[in-house]
Amino acid sequence: MNAPPQSVSLQAEVAPAPRRRGISIHLVPWIFLAPAVIVFGVYVVIPVFQSFYLSLFDWDGLSPTKKYIGLNNYVALFQDDQFWTSLKNNVYWLVLFLLGPVIGLAIAIFLNQRVRGMRLVKSLFFFPFVLSGVVVGLVFSWFYEPSHGLLNTILGIFGLPAISPLSDEHLVTPSIIVAGLWPQIAYCMILYLTGLTAVDPEQIEAARIDGARGLKLLWHVIIPQLAPATFIAVVVTVIGALRSFDLVQVMTDGGPFGSSSILAYFMFQQSITNFRMGYGAAIAVVLFLIMSVFIAFFLRHMIRNERR
Amino acid sequence: MFPAPIQDASAPKRYGYYAAVVIALVCWLLPLLAVMLTSLRSPEDFDVGNYWGMPKQWKFSNYAEVFQQTPMTRYMLNTVIITLPAVAGAIALATLAGFALAKYRFRGNLLLFCMFVGGNFVPFQILMVPVRNMAVRMGLYDTYWALIFFHLAFQTGFCALFMRNFISTLPEALMESARVEGANEFRIFWSIILPLMRPALAALAVLIFTFIWNDYFWALVMVQSDAVKPVTTGLSALRGEWVASWQLISAGSIIAALPPVAMFFLLQRQFISGLTLGAVK
Repeated sequence: MNAPPQSVSLQAEVAPAPRRRGISIHLVPWIFLAPAVIVFGVYVVIPVFQSFYLSLFDWDGLSPTKKYIGLNNYVALFQDDQFWTSLKNNVYWLVLFLLGPVIGLAIAIFLNQRVRGMRLVKSLFFFPFVLSGVVVGLVFSWFYEPSHGLLNTILGIFGLPAISPLSDEHLVTPSIIVAGLWPQIAYCMILYLTGLTAVDPEQIEAARIDGARGLKLLWHVIIPQLAPATFIAVVVTVIGALRSFDLVQVMTDGGPFGSSSILAYFMFQQSITNFRMGYGAAIAVVLFLIMSVFIAFFLRHMIRNERR
Repeated sequence: MFPAPIQDASAPKRYGYYAAVVIALVCWLLPLLAVMLTSLRSPEDFDVGNYWGMPKQWKFSNYAEVFQQTPMTRYMLNTVIITLPAVAGAIALATLAGFALAKYRFRGNLLLFCMFVGGNFVPFQILMVPVRNMAVRMGLYDTYWALIFFHLAFQTGFCALFMRNFISTLPEALMESARVEGANEFRIFWSIILPLMRPALAALAVLIFTFIWNDYFWALVMVQSDAVKPVTTGLSALRGEWVASWQLISAGSIIAALPPVAMFFLLQRQFISGLTLGAVK
């Protein structure tokens, strides 16, 4: 920036402050922050607002002009059966995904022993988390494969009838959720394993002397101390449930007949496959609003912790 | 320690526990073991209905076939070309930002921090249309840069959260004494803070390497040609071509999963310390 000439003469009159550092201390944090704030603003913050704006238009994503239609996208959305199916499936995902922290805690307690080789066992339990959604989707597609998949082979051994999880409208969503839970449980398990190492051993001893053991000890002494781990586990699980997209896309493409669609997938399908960008933006806005409840909850908790 | 150490239990209980651990592990990894076994089968096995018995012949050549007959090498290379600069860039920007957020009091500090954390949790779909349009307008659609820039920017949010929490734990006295000796703020960052951050840098690098490597959604939205496609969308495209050749799909899946899995097993401690968000001690 070029300083206007007047300010130069002004500065000459005022005795120059001793500026030990070249730049005012008040500017320093902003210089450090500028690059991150700019890229994050351009790619994350501004696009959120742009999507809100776009959701008011009819636009195919290609033509240079967009047609303003007010809230009509939302009106159409609320009359679209596929929207309600997707929303209902999102609720299933959300509820069933909460098994992640529960099962994760159970496995963590099961594995929390100092035995030779346990480190490797824990890593093997954890590593589905490192797999990409595409790989998890393919792994489970093969597992569920109706004619020769391992699942039906095992059911056959026990004399149970074969099922085709991914082409049955009632089974398809729970089956995909099971695949999604696999890495999610692993994540929760690792959070709890870390949390368990921080549980105060003296309190456990004291409780044991008082005669608490097993489930009672777990419920009254251990779980309260695991509260920070539980908080993170629930937050990442809820976010993960609402964000899931890869598995549905890879395993069923929302089928059969749209019965396994979820909002994230429905949005993608409408915008990319059907060129309804404005409509897609409206779906994204709904998903965003649902998610922001949880984001706000997380931020509030975080800020409270800061102030403490 | 909870639960009570198994070493204190009676011998039968102890061996029962070991057996239970092994059984649980096998059940847990069953779908994956199935894929591993299938990846080593020959088509002849499928013809005679030998799906789950011993393979007649262990066909390690399935893996070679994936590389020879498909653009898998290209896909892997593309993923590396996209991932490395994005990881480096996000960490660099977030380290600077995290330092400012952790060590300076100024108006808007908490607000900016919340922006990074909150932004990191938004659904991708709310960003999709504008980010894709931006790539198209800048002529970046279907290039590496479309993905590099996006991942770099988006991961900066998570990295800033992590870095800020880490730098907050570094003692204030270090900075004060450097100031007394006349070092300016940039010097303090470069020679005092940065050298102390090596463990955090490593943890974060491993973690977001995995996130970006495994990305599928953005690869689907931003690129389409084989020349730039990363391994996730590449694998999914190959699956359409292979239809029912499950031995190739399986081998391909394992190849695609290997780099992040190897990274995790080599750098476990760093990886896990990154995941707990510093919230669980």
